[in-house]
Amino acid sequence: MTALEPTKLDRPRTARDRSAADAKAAKSVTAKLRRAEFGDRLRSLALAAPLLVLLALSFGIPIVLLLSRAVYDPTIADALPQTSQALRGWNGAGLPGDAAFLALAADLRDNQAMGTAYELAKSLNARVPGARSQVLKTVRQLEAADRPPLEVMKAVPFWSAPGTWPVIESGTHSVTSFYLLSALDLHWNADGGIERVPPQQAIFLQVFMRTFFVAAAVTLATLILGFPLAYLIASVPKGLAAILIVAVLLPFWTSILVRTAAWTVLLQKFGLVNDLLLWLGIADDRLDLMYSRIGLIIAMTHIQLPFTLLPIYSVMRTIPPSQMKAAYSLGAKPFTAFRRVYLPQVFPGVMAGCLLTFILCLGYYITPALIGGASDQLISNFIANYVNVELNWEMAAALSFILLVFTLALFGIFARILGLDRLKLV
Amino acid sequence: MTAEATALSCDSGEPAGAADAGSRGFVEFVDVEKSYDGRTFAVTRLNLGVARGEFLTLLGPSGSGKTTTLNMLAGFERPTSGVITLEGRSVDRLPPYERNIGMVFQNYALFPHMSVEENVAFPLSVRKITKTDVAARVGRALDMVRLRQFGDRRPAQLSGGQQQRVALARALVFEPSLVLMDEPLGALDKKLREHMQLEIKQLHTMLGVTIVYVTHDQSEALTMSDRVAVFNNGGIAQLGSPDDLYNAPESSFVASFIGENNTLLGKVERISGKDCRVALDGGGSVTALAIGVEEGAACHVAIRPERLRLVSASNGANGLAATVEGRIYLGDHQRLLARLENGQVLTVKVGPEATMGNGEPVTVSCAPNDCRAFPADAGTGGSISKTGE
Repeated sequence: MTALEPTKLDRPRTARDRSAADAKAAKSVTAKLRRAEFGDRLRSLALAAPLLVLLALSFGIPIVLLLSRAVYDPTIADALPQTSQALRGWNGAGLPGDAAFLALAADLRDNQAMGTAYELAKSLNARVPGARSQVLKTVRQLEAADRPPLEVMKAVPFWSAPGTWPVIESGTHSVTSFYLLSALDLHWNADGGIERVPPQQAIFLQVFMRTFFVAAAVTLATLILGFPLAYLIASVPKGLAAILIVAVLLPFWTSILVRTAAWTVLLQKFGLVNDLLLWLGIADDRLDLMYSRIGLIIAMTHIQLPFTLLPIYSVMRTIPPSQMKAAYSLGAKPFTAFRRVYLPQVFPGVMAGCLLTFILCLGYYITPALIGGASDQLISNFIANYVNVELNWEMAAALSFILLVFTLALFGIFARILGLDRLKLV
Repeated sequence: MTAEATALSCDSGEPAGAADAGSRGFVEFVDVEKSYDGRTFAVTRLNLGVARGEFLTLLGPSGSGKTTTLNMLAGFERPTSGVITLEGRSVDRLPPYERNIGMVFQNYALFPHMSVEENVAFPLSVRKITKTDVAARVGRALDMVRLRQFGDRRPAQLSGGQQQRVALARALVFEPSLVLMDEPLGALDKKLREHMQLEIKQLHTMLGVTIVYVTHDQSEALTMSDRVAVFNNGGIAQLGSPDDLYNAPESSFVASFIGENNTLLGKVERISGKDCRVALDGGGSVTALAIGVEEGAACHVAIRPERLRLVSASNGANGLAATVEGRIYLGDHQRLLARLENGQVLTVKVGPEATMGNGEPVTVSCAPNDCRAFPADAGTGGSISKTGE
């Protein structure tokens, strides 16, 4: 740098000059480096751009839109504009004034005229069980117009029941915590606090627990079956290992629906598994394997085995046989050598395999639907039910959101414990 | 250093006479054979004794059975037949973790998830030694290989040579009486390898430990060993001190495997005493030491390049006329490629001052004692069969 500034050359340079010049040089190098890297970064971004756009359009935006329905539901607010207006000053205690009743009656008539009454009834029904028939009944009576609207409204006990108006009031706000709370078996009580719903209405916590239990059981089963098999594949000669890997992967290449269907054939009351158990004398009578928890876990374990096994195998393969030999030669008995030398080294693979299987199990849908019984339906089945049958997308979104949060939290904990770089997924 | 030497050596208190009495019997292979597939043998009829405190090297090309031999001694392989004894006891039923043999592996086999200290402490901790004692001995062992300051590093943070020294410390820290080394320097570059050879040799002298060392590098074997067992085709081709092997090879294989050798092809004309007269293929003849050759049979005559001299005329006993075909300058000496009249080519080691050019006629001569005639069929260098390993 100084060579370019001849005027400064004849002056003796002090240490401060020098360090300043060095700093300046370092800065210019950093700047140059950043410029050079910026081009590279732009290029890699351009290469990834089509995929990023596709992901954003087909994955990111739909998920955000769907999940936003868990907290944003304008149906009731849109359908009841006058009621919304009338309830603005209400404190939420007891019943609102007659003006609110009249506004609601007017709104109900308007909805009937526009043909949206049924939709409103369904939407209210999602929040207050039994609301649908009450709304439709009231609408019919209002339409008959043989009595004043206020009288009609007061005559239907539903509109004077303690739980109705708070729900309508909360519905007039487009942003609602109702669905998210419901997904956790919680609701707002009359005093404006959050409490658990009555036991006969509580359902989702139990389903979440069941989902986690099934996922944990399947993960454990695949680990118990997969770990020794992975060890075997990693220790046999290459040719045999390739054959074993194909054997493990073969079911993996079959559609999950086909495999589940195959299990229904095997597990049914007069199926092969029951025949075998009877013939071997293990069971005295035919077992109910189909539509049961145990059948569900068997089928899911079979499907998930490669997901647990492959990350474990990929780590085991990198551990040279000399590691165990060294441990033996240093005086470690086989179990000690395994525990202190082998296991710590395959641990990241075990964790990755288990995490993969556990998270995939949380989202199982087809297998529980076909093999599980009524009490073996997992959270995905409920989400599907809300989407396909009940048409309550808000509830589906809320359940999905809770599931997503649980999954991400779990992943975060694993990543924190192990460090993401140590999670060897494949 | 002496205190450490005493602490780490196994049998320093033993009287020298007692060690000599059963000296060769410290490790003993008796008629040991090993076959992996039931048809071919990786090791055949192996008889080998190792003395206490000896540095014995198993040297041979890959597939010659040296690693199999080491693995059987370590306990990773069981002999198909025969007996291996350690200090007079058969180790046939002894698993590797009860043999108390230290082992250093080619790729070091350090435990990547443990620090250097934890690696070295491992053999002590599995032996249920108290924590303070472990710390003291790990410290001494790391001092011994000059790595005390790297104790809390992971193996991956060390250079190859440092990793190898950790492996040495780990194999020595529990004071085994026998240490096996399986090509421990194979992964290091030449300069570091030569340095580590010296270091291992010093440790051996300091600790008085018995070392069985496997390598395929003949210069390494010659530098370090008290004795070398040259392996070929699953058996020992020759067992002896480095200078025995170099100066008096007993087979064509050993002659060509250890150091550089010229090989002349010919046929034995007659045997007189320990000498024989060999008629070379294509013309000419030499007198050589007869090593198991028969009259009328084809033979190989081995001559070291440094034993060949250039003489003015064919006056010596083994004078052969030749033409210079090339000269390789190597600084302290030069190598001359000389084509004999019969077409065979000899390499001659000459001084740095020699100046002869290509095509110049020379006469090459060699004392009969420096020419060794071997049978052409058995144990030739070219026929290294791959049996297992």
